[in-house]
Amino acid sequence: MNKAIEIEHLYKAFGDRKVLIDANLDVYESENMVVLGRSGTGKSVLIKIIAGLLPADKGNVKVLGQEVTELDKKAMNELRLKIGFSFQNSALYDSMTVRENLEFPLVRNVRNMSRGEINKAVNKVLDSVGLLKSIDQMPAELSGGQKKRIGIARTLIMNPKIMLYDEPTAGLDPITCMEINQLINEVKENYKTSSIIITHDLTCAKETGDRVAVLFDGNFKFQGTFDEVFTNPDPRIKNFYDYNFIENQKK
Amino acid sequence: MHENMSSHTKKNLFSEKIDDWLIGFKDGADFLLLFFKETLSGNFEFKEFVNQCYRIGNSSLLLISLTGFVTGFVFTKQSRPSLESFGATSWLPSLVTIAIIRALAPLVTSLICAGKVGSSIGAELGSMKVTEQVDAMEVSAVNPIKFLVVTRVLATTITIPILSFYCGLMAMTGVFLNVTTNEDTSFPAFLEQAFNSIVYLDLWTAVIKSVAYGFTIGIVGCYKGYNATNGTLGVGKAANASVVMSMFLIFIEEVFIVQVTNWFR
Repeated sequence: MNKAIEIEHLYKAFGDRKVLIDANLDVYESENMVVLGRSGTGKSVLIKIIAGLLPADKGNVKVLGQEVTELDKKAMNELRLKIGFSFQNSALYDSMTVRENLEFPLVRNVRNMSRGEINKAVNKVLDSVGLLKSIDQMPAELSGGQKKRIGIARTLIMNPKIMLYDEPTAGLDPITCMEINQLINEVKENYKTSSIIITHDLTCAKETGDRVAVLFDGNFKFQGTFDEVFTNPDPRIKNFYDYNFIENQKK
Repeated sequence: MHENMSSHTKKNLFSEKIDDWLIGFKDGADFLLLFFKETLSGNFEFKEFVNQCYRIGNSSLLLISLTGFVTGFVFTKQSRPSLESFGATSWLPSLVTIAIIRALAPLVTSLICAGKVGSSIGAELGSMKVTEQVDAMEVSAVNPIKFLVVTRVLATTITIPILSFYCGLMAMTGVFLNVTTNEDTSFPAFLEQAFNSIVYLDLWTAVIKSVAYGFTIGIVGCYKGYNATNGTLGVGKAANASVVMSMFLIFIEEVFIVQVTNWFR
C-alpha cells in the first residue's frame, strides 16, 4: 500500500520547550490514523507542520510524495488544495453565512465555475454532512456539533486526498461525538481520504482509527491497531487508557 | 534535510526592552513590505474591498457629521470675541476655513476613524487570528494577507479622505450657520470670504494628509490584529494598541507634513 504521509525524524521546539523529538509516522492511502496523546504533547503541532502552517525545525515531512519542508509558497498552496483541515474550534468565518463559508475556498481556487455549479457543490457537501437546512445561517446560530460538521464540509468541497482532524470531538456531548465519529468514517468511505485524527478521546480513536499512534515525550513510542497498542503492558499506556477510557465510560 | 534556527535560546543584543522594540520595528517593516508585495501581485479581492469601504464609511458617517458640524460651529463661536476686539469679524470665515481645510478636517476625521475603524479592524483580525480563522484561510490555499489586509488597508486609504472631505463640508456648514446668524452674511458672500485665502496647496495638503492617515489606520489595525496572541486578552490588546499607535503616528505625520508643506509656501 502507498504512503500518503511520511514523517521522518521530525523535530520541533518553541524556545526551550521541545515538542517533537525524532518523531516518525507513516499514514497509508485510505487509512485513518489516530494520533493520541496528552494535552500539550505536540499533536496539533504535528498536523500544522503537515499543512505548512508551522515550519519544522528538522526532519522530513512528505505529503502525497512532496517534501513539505522544501516547498515554496505556490507549490505549498497547490498541495493544500489536496489537504482538508478540520480545526478544533471549527474556525468558521464569523462574518459569512454557511453558504459563503463553503463557497469561500471553491470560488478562489477553482476558476470559471458557474453559479449553478457552485450551488450544486455547496448543496452536495452540506447534504453529505446532513445540514442542508442550515445553508443560510450564520456560524453564531449553529451548535458546536453543527459547526464541526460545517467545518468538515468546507474542507470536503475541495475533494481532498488528505484529511487532518484536530480534536474533532472536543467539547461535544457523547451522542454528537458518535455522530462526528460516524461522519469521519463516512468521509473516508465516500471521499477515499487518508486521515490523521488528533484526539485524546479513546472512544473516537477506537471508532475511527484503522491504526493509532501514541505521542509520548515528543515521539510515537507506540503504533498499531487500537487493541495492539492498548494491550501493551507499558504503565504509561495503561494510565492513559485507565484515565481516559474507563473514566469516560463511567461518566 | 530541512533545518532552521527558530528554536535557539534567546540572547539579548542590547537590553531586552530595546531588543523587543527593534524586533517589533522589523516585524512592522516586514508587514509593510508584505502588504505592498501582495497589493502589487494581482488577484485583487474587489468585492471584499467594496464591502470594507461601505463598512468604514457607514459606521463613521453619523459621528463624523456631528463632530464636523460641532467643530465648525464652536470654533467660529470661540474665535469671534478675539477678532471682534480688533474689529475684524469679517476675517472669521477665512480664518476658520483655513483651520478646517489645513488641519481640522483631516485630523478630526482620522482621530475618529482611529478610534472607531482602527479598533474594529484590530479586534476583528485579532479575533480571526486567535480562533484560527486566518489559519483556515491559509490551509484553503487562500492568501489571508490579500483577503484581509490588502482590502482593509486600501479601504481606509480611500475612504478616510472622502470622509475628511465630508467632515470639512459639515464643519463649513457649522461655520456658515454661526456666521449668518451673527453677521447676517449671505451664502455667496460667505463662500467668497471663506475661500479667498485658500490655495491649491492647502487642498493638496489636506488630501495627502488624509491619505497618509487612512493608510496608517488601516496598516496599524491590520498589523496589530494579525499578530494578536493569547486569546481574548490578545484581541482586546490588539484593538487598544491599534488606536494608541495609530493616533501616535497620525500626530507625528501631522507635524512632518506641516513642516514639509511650509517649505513650499
